[in-house]
Amino acid sequence: MTEPAQDSYQDGNALAGPLREIFAVDVTAAGGQCVHCGLTGPVASLRVYGHAPGLVARCPGCDEVVLRLVRGPESAWLDLRGTVSLRIPLPAQGVPDGSEAGPA
Amino acid sequence: MGFISRGFHGRPRDEGVKLPPGQYLVHDFPVLSAGPTPRVPLDRWEFAIDTEDGRTHRWSWRELMALPSETPTVDLHCVTKWSKLGTAWKGVSLDTLFADVESSAEYALVYSYGGYTTNLPVEDLLDGKAWIVYEFDGEELAAAHGGPARLLVPHLYLWKSAKWVQGIRLLNEDWPGFWETAGYHNYGDPWREQRYQGD
Amino acid sequence: MNGRRLVWRIARLVEIRDETPSARTLVFQIPDWPGHLAGQHVDIRLTAEDGYSTQRSYSIAAPADGERVELTIQRVPDGEVSPYLSEELAVGDEVEIRGPVGGWFVWRPDGTAPVLLVAGGSGIVPLMAMIRARRQAGSRTPFRLVYSLREPGERYYAGELRRPDPGLDVTYLYTRVVPDGWARPPGRLTVADLNTGGWPADFTPACYVCGPTGFVETAADILLAMGHDARAIKTERFGPTGG
Repeated sequence: MTEPAQDSYQDGNALAGPLREIFAVDVTAAGGQCVHCGLTGPVASLRVYGHAPGLVARCPGCDEVVLRLVRGPESAWLDLRGTVSLRIPLPAQGVPDGSEAGPA
Repeated sequence: MGFISRGFHGRPRDEGVKLPPGQYLVHDFPVLSAGPTPRVPLDRWEFAIDTEDGRTHRWSWRELMALPSETPTVDLHCVTKWSKLGTAWKGVSLDTLFADVESSAEYALVYSYGGYTTNLPVEDLLDGKAWIVYEFDGEELAAAHGGPARLLVPHLYLWKSAKWVQGIRLLNEDWPGFWETAGYHNYGDPWREQRYQGD
Repeated sequence: MNGRRLVWRIARLVEIRDETPSARTLVFQIPDWPGHLAGQHVDIRLTAEDGYSTQRSYSIAAPADGERVELTIQRVPDGEVSPYLSEELAVGDEVEIRGPVGGWFVWRPDGTAPVLLVAGGSGIVPLMAMIRARRQAGSRTPFRLVYSLREPGERYYAGELRRPDPGLDVTYLYTRVVPDGWARPPGRLTVADLNTGGWPADFTPACYVCGPTGFVETAADILLAMGHDARAIKTERFGPTGG
């Protein structure tokens, strides 16, 4: 029986594909906050344990679970209870500039 | 017919042995982990059974070693589809550990060092179906595989055989564990292919 | 690149280039490829005749070029997927690919901060995409690459990195075997390596580190100790790929 050299995890970047299957935007670039220790940072900086029945993303500060994703044949389960909130960068929304304003 | 990758076979899967549906055979012992490997010094290691009325039965490492041991040889079936046959373990039957435990609870929540949990009916822990094991293949159980001690419940998918086991909480109501709250089946019988919720 | 969920696309292998005895670059043609950024990756899915299916992630090695997507695959001994991709797959064969994915570990040609790339082994792949994207865009952003390898024979893209590319400095360091007359003795990445081969922290460079987990930890720790801002250090660890 062999021991792995170390606890092997990947960066949150590894969530990009599985999450893009669910969301229309790239969530790995989103900023999030850990429920357990309050650390903020991009989803891409989480530690992802993928040699498991699902993907388990842990906070790099406190190792607690921030996000879990399980992909079944017909459904995905996404658990974000370790996340306070996600700030997702989006293209600027059309801000009215007055040019289409009605008659004065 | 879906897409086929020409000449791709993957790992060998058909070796003429009967496996649960959807499983393939491995000869190594894959290491799965959902987090950092906890390291528990034996002098601080403890195993507990907490009953539904608040009583706790505890065993230190020395006390566990002093109990009569068994050497089950069993097949393992992981929900990630690999099966490993004829694995040899040494440990203490849960029948032995439950001998002095008074409880009428039907549900168990197993918890581990490092925070992992998994749930199963109490009856699946008894009658020679489950062990707390501390040796694999004649050697002390490596931390990567759940050492110093793990639960072994081989008739269910391997995620029920909690690594780094710390205790069992007996409950009057079912309390789904780590994977059971994230889409996996509440019971997990490999022969009925109960992988996901609804299977 | 936002606004659509990912789909699996059929990718046809159109070109193979050997990089080392155990690694080769595969160029796929993927109809309707939406383009990608340097540093992004793709997932490849293989399906056997009996329906067994498995997938792996690979970094893209070159910037967007129409429907062409280049990957460099290192053969992992006893792996399940990489031996197939690096030995079996032939020109004309098809695989399923979805992507591009990952919007964080990327370099955009409009970036003006100096760039430090730190590669451990096959961690060079997404960093090479950045080097090529810089050249393709005619960017003048100064780049420095520190590339750690076990031995000279494991270098990817050796010929291309040898050719002059103004504004790009390349430092090799070897952990086991060095070429004849090489001044630096074999050994792992040190502070001195990143001091000489990298940028001072007050240049506020964008740092990209890619490699095996242990290597990335070491490199990121050194960069932090040198005073680089944690937010300017982007890392991509190879986890257990399962080959």
